[in-house]
Amino acid sequence: MENSEYLEVFIEESKEHIQSLNDQLLILENEPNNMDTVGEIFRSAHTLKGMAATMGFQDLADLTHKMENVLDAIRNDQINITTNIIDVIFQAVDQLEGMVLDISEGGDGASDVRELVNILLAIEKNEQPVPTNKEQQVVEEVKESPSQFAELDQFEWTILEQSKENGFENLQVTVTLSENCLLKAARVYMVFEVLEQVGEVIKSVPTVQELEEENFDLQFNVLLVTKEDPEEIKQKILKVSEIASVEIATFERKNTVSQEVEKNQQEENADTPNETTPTQQEDKKKNGKAVASKTIRVNIDRLDGLMNLFEELVIDRGRLEQISANLKHTELQETVERMSRISGDLQNIILNMRMVPIEQVFNRFPRMVRQLSKDLGKKINLEIVGAETELDRTVIDEIGDPLVHLIRNSLDHGIETPDKRKALGKNEEGRLLLKAYHSGNHVFIEISDDGAGINKEKVLNKAISNGVVTAEEAPKLTDKEVFQLIMSSGFSTADKISDVSGRGVGLDVVKNTIESLGGTITIESEEGKGSLFSIQLPLTLSIISVLLVEVQKETYAIPLSSIIETAIINKADILNAHNKKVIDFRGKVVPLIDLKNVFEVPTENHEDDLSSVVIIRKGDQMAGLIVDTFIGQQEVVLKSLGDYLGDVFAISGATILGDGQVALIVDTNSLIN
Amino acid sequence: MEEVLNSQKSIIIQLDQEEYAIPVEVVGAIERMQQITRVPKTASFVKGVINLRGVVTPIIDLRERFGITAADYTESTRIIIVHHEKYDVGFIVDAAYDVLEIPEDAIEPAPQVIGTVNVDYINGVIKVDKRLIMLLDLNKVLSQKSHNNAYEMEG
Repeated sequence: MENSEYLEVFIEESKEHIQSLNDQLLILENEPNNMDTVGEIFRSAHTLKGMAATMGFQDLADLTHKMENVLDAIRNDQINITTNIIDVIFQAVDQLEGMVLDISEGGDGASDVRELVNILLAIEKNEQPVPTNKEQQVVEEVKESPSQFAELDQFEWTILEQSKENGFENLQVTVTLSENCLLKAARVYMVFEVLEQVGEVIKSVPTVQELEEENFDLQFNVLLVTKEDPEEIKQKILKVSEIASVEIATFERKNTVSQEVEKNQQEENADTPNETTPTQQEDKKKNGKAVASKTIRVNIDRLDGLMNLFEELVIDRGRLEQISANLKHTELQETVERMSRISGDLQNIILNMRMVPIEQVFNRFPRMVRQLSKDLGKKINLEIVGAETELDRTVIDEIGDPLVHLIRNSLDHGIETPDKRKALGKNEEGRLLLKAYHSGNHVFIEISDDGAGINKEKVLNKAISNGVVTAEEAPKLTDKEVFQLIMSSGFSTADKISDVSGRGVGLDVVKNTIESLGGTITIESEEGKGSLFSIQLPLTLSIISVLLVEVQKETYAIPLSSIIETAIINKADILNAHNKKVIDFRGKVVPLIDLKNVFEVPTENHEDDLSSVVIIRKGDQMAGLIVDTFIGQQEVVLKSLGDYLGDVFAISGATILGDGQVALIVDTNSLIN
Repeated sequence: MEEVLNSQKSIIIQLDQEEYAIPVEVVGAIERMQQITRVPKTASFVKGVINLRGVVTPIIDLRERFGITAADYTESTRIIIVHHEKYDVGFIVDAAYDVLEIPEDAIEPAPQVIGTVNVDYINGVIKVDKRLIMLLDLNKVLSQKSHNNAYEMEG
């Protein structure tokens, strides 16, 4: 159980580090001389290595280790950065990502890393005839050892703190045995005996057991609490034979370094798994990059649980308000009112907790665009605007794939090859803009390029030949309608089927996904100038504004986002066309749908001359829903009907009203067709 | 299947004079009858959904599910909330009374014709004193196939 908890953290953090590697490598590619970036990459790789080794993923650790060596060489100006090297490192990062993915899916993260390791080794050696490998190894060890103490547990820290308060000294003793030492375990035992006479041993690295089994090189570290003079202790230890050297340093919480190694290690030292995050965050802030505030990770299920409990509270709050209103007891009313306000704030906080920046989705695109533009032989400049825009977690999870499709589409079909662009008098480098922003209760995501745009003729011809529209209908379509055609199923305008997009599936899937999220997608395009795909998404999926209506004795909720307006219509104004009831609504013929019939509501007859109608829309289509009464507008929490019922026609979910009753939410999209 | 066979304790429910057993492990709660929100275009035995402490839970009328003639809900009518595999549902039953310890070897295979309930929904029978208790096969009761068939019949 505990282990799996660590595993989760490991996977999450590894992913973050891999993402950071990707980001920084991209920067490095553009600015090969940016040593800050190299340092950043080195740190990420180093941390990753440490974590992987701790968790026992050997292949992962090996590969990162080699990568780290190369990076170290770059950092020390022993190797010059070339595209080739960057490519290899990218490959290594890809493989790392694959391994982490494997681990997250329950695998052991094993993978054949030899090839890459060899390439990395070659790079490292090529430019560096006598790689100070030994030296590096030693540095490695020394570097590892002090940092081990950074992993002290809470209990050990408490002891250290208390002892300090009581006038004891916390010392880090580093003992190195002489190389020809025969009975290492015996020497260790003797050293420990000395130490235990002068104080108390809190921790040793390697562990006592490993030491007894002679499972270490020549050096070991001990954390000692004592009142004795360090120099005296040193002399006492040196009396044990076959000891090469003893170093003693004061042990401090943050800087766990023995003084001699401090200078070279400072940087790396902060990089042990436990200590790394703050340092990195600081670095990032300095660079004005990724946002990283104080956070904890919470399973989304827990948030859902919290939300559910809170809703229970809201329902009871409703009852309480009712009761206090009836009783007219001033004090009670005041208390209830205050409680209502507080729970309102609480609701906002809980809802906000589910919001995450869209950066999570966006940050994988630079890498993808780089790869794609290489594959396609195009030059592309990707610009990302508004990555900090927040969206509900559920939407974030779903929106990634559609965006990938759209970006691929823009790169493949939109932006032309450099030659062609030159011939057209455009900048050789194509521009792809990814933009996210809030507007009202919606989030907009726009993908625009300055490529070829959409050829209307071509789309129409294709649509006609694919039977998506008839030849008669075609000329009547507006530009927007024509562009929408490319998102019908089985449509691909690329003459050549390429690997990247144009497998005939794609844009229709994009459209479906976005609509299932309650969003819409529109296309604007000007031939020769470029296209703009604009996605409109609801801010959150869990809370929506609805209009509550009554149909006979049942209550239904209609999402406000699909309502144009409500109207009261006289029976006499209802016309018949093709056996369908229609009304003339602001000059447009709008078909009427009687919810009573659609939902087979048990009816008690009492005819009225007036009908309440809710005008809804889906894209450009409209319809009027006949209901009995409008109750009012309300924010409700969207809930699923549960797995057992699955998909129910024209119902997208349910919600719990203030009185504890369940009301069904009408799926207006499936009513218009 | 296995779950039922190994089970020791079962909740005994009553449907039209007959007694059935549901293993306690799958029963999340026993609720009194309450207002149910009808869900249109579902099978007739799906009575709708209720708000069970913030979770929207579908409710199945076991009488209708088994094709027993419907009866009015009474004071003793209960909703048994069952968590079975990925489904959380509630069963409307005439009554729920005791928890019974059922020894495994007392379970006999279901005879071909038994009572009013289609033998398909039964995993076995147990004789306790003079009572005959039938073990419900939840997989079959909740199977989507029959659910969908019924759905199609509904139109």
